[in-house]
Amino acid sequence: MPRLTLLFWQLMVAVVALSLWQFFATVPVFGRMLLPPFFFSTPVDVASQIYKWFATGVIWKHLMITLWESVLAFVIGSVGGVLVGFWFARQPRVAAVFDPYVKMMNALPRVVLAPIFALWLGLGIWSKVALGVTLVFFIVFFNVYQGVKEVSTTVLDNGRMLGMSERQLTRHVYWPSALSWMFSSLHTAVGFAVVGAVVGEYLGSAAGLGYLIQQAEGVFDVGAVFAGMFVLSAFVILIDFGVTLVERRLLVWRPAPVARD
Amino acid sequence: MADTAEPVAVALDNATVAFRVAGDRVYTAVERASLSVAHGEFVAIVGPTGCGKSTLLNVAAGLLKPAAGAVRIFDQPLTGLNRDAGYLFQADALFPWKTAIDNVAIGLEIKGAPRAMALERAQGWLTSVGLGAFGNRYPHMLSGGQRKRVGLAQVLIRDPKILLMDEPFGPLDAQTRQIMGNLLLELWTADRKAVLFVTHDLEEAIALADRVVIMSAGPGARIIGDWKVALPRPRDISEVRMEKQFHELHREIWSVLKDEVMKGYAQSSLAAEAS
Repeated sequence: MPRLTLLFWQLMVAVVALSLWQFFATVPVFGRMLLPPFFFSTPVDVASQIYKWFATGVIWKHLMITLWESVLAFVIGSVGGVLVGFWFARQPRVAAVFDPYVKMMNALPRVVLAPIFALWLGLGIWSKVALGVTLVFFIVFFNVYQGVKEVSTTVLDNGRMLGMSERQLTRHVYWPSALSWMFSSLHTAVGFAVVGAVVGEYLGSAAGLGYLIQQAEGVFDVGAVFAGMFVLSAFVILIDFGVTLVERRLLVWRPAPVARD
Repeated sequence: MADTAEPVAVALDNATVAFRVAGDRVYTAVERASLSVAHGEFVAIVGPTGCGKSTLLNVAAGLLKPAAGAVRIFDQPLTGLNRDAGYLFQADALFPWKTAIDNVAIGLEIKGAPRAMALERAQGWLTSVGLGAFGNRYPHMLSGGQRKRVGLAQVLIRDPKILLMDEPFGPLDAQTRQIMGNLLLELWTADRKAVLFVTHDLEEAIALADRVVIMSAGPGARIIGDWKVALPRPRDISEVRMEKQFHELHREIWSVLKDEVMKGYAQSSLAAEAS
C-alpha cells in the first residue's frame, strides 16, 4: 500500500471509532443512551480535558515525574541486570547457588511489592523507581545471562587462537555479546520501566500520570481517566521511538531483520 | 620441499584423541596418528566426512589435548594453546560487532600495538586480500567469500609460523573457492609458512598442497596414506587440474580414498539408525 493511502486508512480507523463513540454517547437510540457519558465520557470531553492539561501546563509536572521515574528505573535496573547477568554467566557456581532464589523472585508478581516499597521508601519517586527496577532488572538479567552463555564457541576459539587472554576475551567477546543482548531487550525493558512507574504512582503517590488517572477515578471523572490513558499511550510511543533511534545507532553491526509484508 | 635440513613445524607422534560420551563410553575419534609438517611445507589432510580431520587440527592448535601421544611444535612439546599457529575456522569466526578493519587489527592490538599502527597494518592486509575499500563494513555486510578474506587477513596479520585451516573454503561456491585458493597460494608463496589444510575435496587438496595425507573413516580414524604432489609451482588452481600428472595422482589417491568414503557413509547412516 502506498504510504499516503496507508496513512489515510489509519486515520479513518480513528475517525470512525471516535465518531461512533461520540454518536452513541450523545444521541439516544430508541430512547436509550448506548454509551452513557457518565461511564464512557465523550471524545470531545476527553479532548478538551487533554487540551486543558496542556494549556494550563498542569500535565508537564506529572509527565516529568513519570519520565524521571522511568528513566531511573531503567538505568538502575539495566546496570544491575547487566552486571549480575554477566557475573552469573561467567561464574556458573555462583549462578547455581542463587538459581532457586532468582527464579522465586522472578515468579513473584511485582505489583505486590508496591506497598512494601511505599512503606520503605515513602510516597516519593523512589518507591516507584524500586518497583520499576524489579521489573527491568530481570528482563535484562535473563537476556544478558543467556547472551554471555551462548557466545559462539567458534568466535571464542578464534579469540583464543588470536592470542587473547581471559581478560581480553571478556572485553572483546563476552562484553560486546552481553551488551548486544541487553539492547535486544531494550524495548521490553523500557516498557516495563514505565509500567513500574505508573503502577507505583497509581497505588500511592502525589504526582505522575498514574496519580492523575487514579485521582480522576476517585471522583468518577471518566473523561479525565481516558485523557490520562491517551497521554500515557502517546508518552510510551514517544519513548519507544527514542529507543528505536538509539538502537539503530548502537546495533549497526547487526543484520537488519528481514522485513515481511 | 621437505628438506631434511628444514625444522619440523608440527609433529604429531602417535596422537590418539578420545571423547567421553554418555557416562563411561569413550569415543575414539583419531587413533595413533603420526604426521609431520616441515617449515614452509603445505600439507593437506583429506578424509571422509566425520573422520576426525578437524579433531586433528584442533590437537595441533592446542584446543584439544590428545589422550595419548605427543604433539611437538618446532621441537618443543606443546602445552596449552599453540602460540605459533594461526587458525582459520570453517564456520564464521569474525567478531560480528567489529568492522572488517577492526577485526583484522585486533590481533595486533591485543599484543599491545598502538591502535594507529595496528589500523595501518590492517589496512595493508585488507588490501592484499582485495578488500581495501571494505574496511568499515561489518561482517554481515560482506559476502561469504569476503568474510573468508577478512578471516585470512585476521590470521595472517599476526604473522604466525604455522597456518591451520579447517575446510576454510567449504561453505563457498565453486568459483569463489578457486579464487580463494589462488589468493591463498599467492600469499603463501610470498611468505612460506607451514600449512596444515583440512578439506574433504581431494582436487582442492592436490591443487594446493605439497603433500596430501589421507585419513580413514572414523571412529578410530588413522592416517592411511601420504602422497607427495610434485606439480610445479607457481600453480593456478583451475589450470593445474588440466594436467596429466594431476589426473594420475588423483586417480591413485582416489582409489584409496573411495573405500573410506563409502565406509564413512555406511557408518554415518548406521549411526543415524541407531539414534
